[in-house]
Amino acid sequence: MKELTESQVVEMLREVSKALIDKVDVLTDADLATGDGDHGIGMRRGCEAALEGLVPGLSVQDAFKKTGMAIMSKTGGAAGAVFGTFFRGGAGAFAEAKTLDAARFADFLAQSAQAVSKRGGVEEGAKTMVDAVMPAARAVEAEASDDLLVVFTAAERGALDGVEASKAMIATTGKARSLGERSIGHPDPGAISVSIILGAMKSYAASL
Amino acid sequence: MAKVPKKILNDPRNVVTEMLDGLALANDGRVERLDGKDILIRTDLPDSKVTLLIGGGSGHEPIFHGFVGKNMGDAAACGQVFAAPSPDTIVDAAMAAHRGKGVLFLYGNYAGDNMNFDIASELLEEEDIDVRTVRVNDDVAAAPPERADDRRGIAGDIYAIKVAGGAAGECDTLDEVERIARKAVGNLRSMGVAVAAGSIPETGKLTFELADDEIEIGMGAHGEAGIAKQKMTSADEVADQLMERILGDISLGEGDEIALMINNLGATTMMEMLIVNRRVRQILADRGIIVHRTDVGTYLTVQEMAGFSITVMKLDDELKHYLDLPARSVGLSNM
Repeated sequence: MKELTESQVVEMLREVSKALIDKVDVLTDADLATGDGDHGIGMRRGCEAALEGLVPGLSVQDAFKKTGMAIMSKTGGAAGAVFGTFFRGGAGAFAEAKTLDAARFADFLAQSAQAVSKRGGVEEGAKTMVDAVMPAARAVEAEASDDLLVVFTAAERGALDGVEASKAMIATTGKARSLGERSIGHPDPGAISVSIILGAMKSYAASL
Repeated sequence: MAKVPKKILNDPRNVVTEMLDGLALANDGRVERLDGKDILIRTDLPDSKVTLLIGGGSGHEPIFHGFVGKNMGDAAACGQVFAAPSPDTIVDAAMAAHRGKGVLFLYGNYAGDNMNFDIASELLEEEDIDVRTVRVNDDVAAAPPERADDRRGIAGDIYAIKVAGGAAGECDTLDEVERIARKAVGNLRSMGVAVAAGSIPETGKLTFELADDEIEIGMGAHGEAGIAKQKMTSADEVADQLMERILGDISLGEGDEIALMINNLGATTMMEMLIVNRRVRQILADRGIIVHRTDVGTYLTVQEMAGFSITVMKLDDELKHYLDLPARSVGLSNM
């Protein structure tokens, strides 16, 4: 499949939101290991708001922006800021676009990765969601395919590699920072959310 | 995690909104809640003043939203439990409280608060509102002095709000209010100890685990890991440990004056805190440090976490003046 229509993009982002809501307990438990355990409920709150806004008739760019705005305003906390930025930061890649294709998605992911890194003031290696977004963006670029299922699959795989790699990292930002070396062994919950988002995109594309 | 915490609530997903309604009403008309928003604001705001906007995650009551009033915060932007408020909540609060002379953001130094307040600050710039930011970073346990920018804000928030609120009430310019707030923050040092964990209402899960005979020295206000887990010990011993770190981090000599706060993290008895206060005063007296003012009570909580924190603010005449200005709020009253 080479492209998604506007209404398919809205449907896909609805599936992304539902996937995060479904994983509330997974995210809570992951966050309890290194943080205060509010990541799951925060993402659920933001995604429930996103579902209200994701209605037919939105352009590709607006669908991503709307998802980001909902998460930024309803999730709150660090997760609201970075995941809001994730969906909004690269949405410019879809300006004027009537469809989502592989090239635009690659642009979106690369720009979003830069935007969240800048917003959080963190590079890779700090045990954050950046450690999933950056490898996902690189995997998409390396794949250089125009097939969306191939691209989404690569993105999810990059993110999952990042989740795995985050286990060995020492947190240097956020509430987990105080754990220092005690944070080793636990994956970053934000990185897990990135893998859920990209995995839901893959599943949606595979279902078409 | 065997124990399920007991809390008397309605729907756990509505705790923040129901708490804010109750908190606004508890101010007896001096504070109101902005309709449909997680924002509390003074009802007696003058037509022209520098605005002090405070805020942060909920669940730490009475901070932050319990410190809205004359000579304290002009408005508070409130997040969900332990989560920073969103940029639109902060922007709406700032716009509602702005009285033409700019807005000082004053909040605890956490990644989530920093990002959300920074985004709000960028949005307000587009509205031509002058915004400055001062982050409270009083927790000496969180990082060594050379990385003080990495330190969290804990109970020192309250003295910072009191001083900055007084300055925002009396001073004419945002520059001056910012300067005084920065001085207050620079003179603040705190450290806490946790005896038992608190829980987030919506998850019903404790935020960390401590064995029955363990305490954690230097634990943060959301259960962030402290300096060391250790076996339960005496009040004097714990007070000695906390004061050694605090006094080792700030220059205080004979004749210097301080404000002293012993803050209950939620479930510790007043009796325990007063016993700690007794020891703290012995330590201070030995060094000839003068306590200008003492606040022993419940100011920054972590739900039902048991434990306390000690805060010291080094004073000069200017800080004393603003700290002691009259104020009345749910969180603190200075008569």
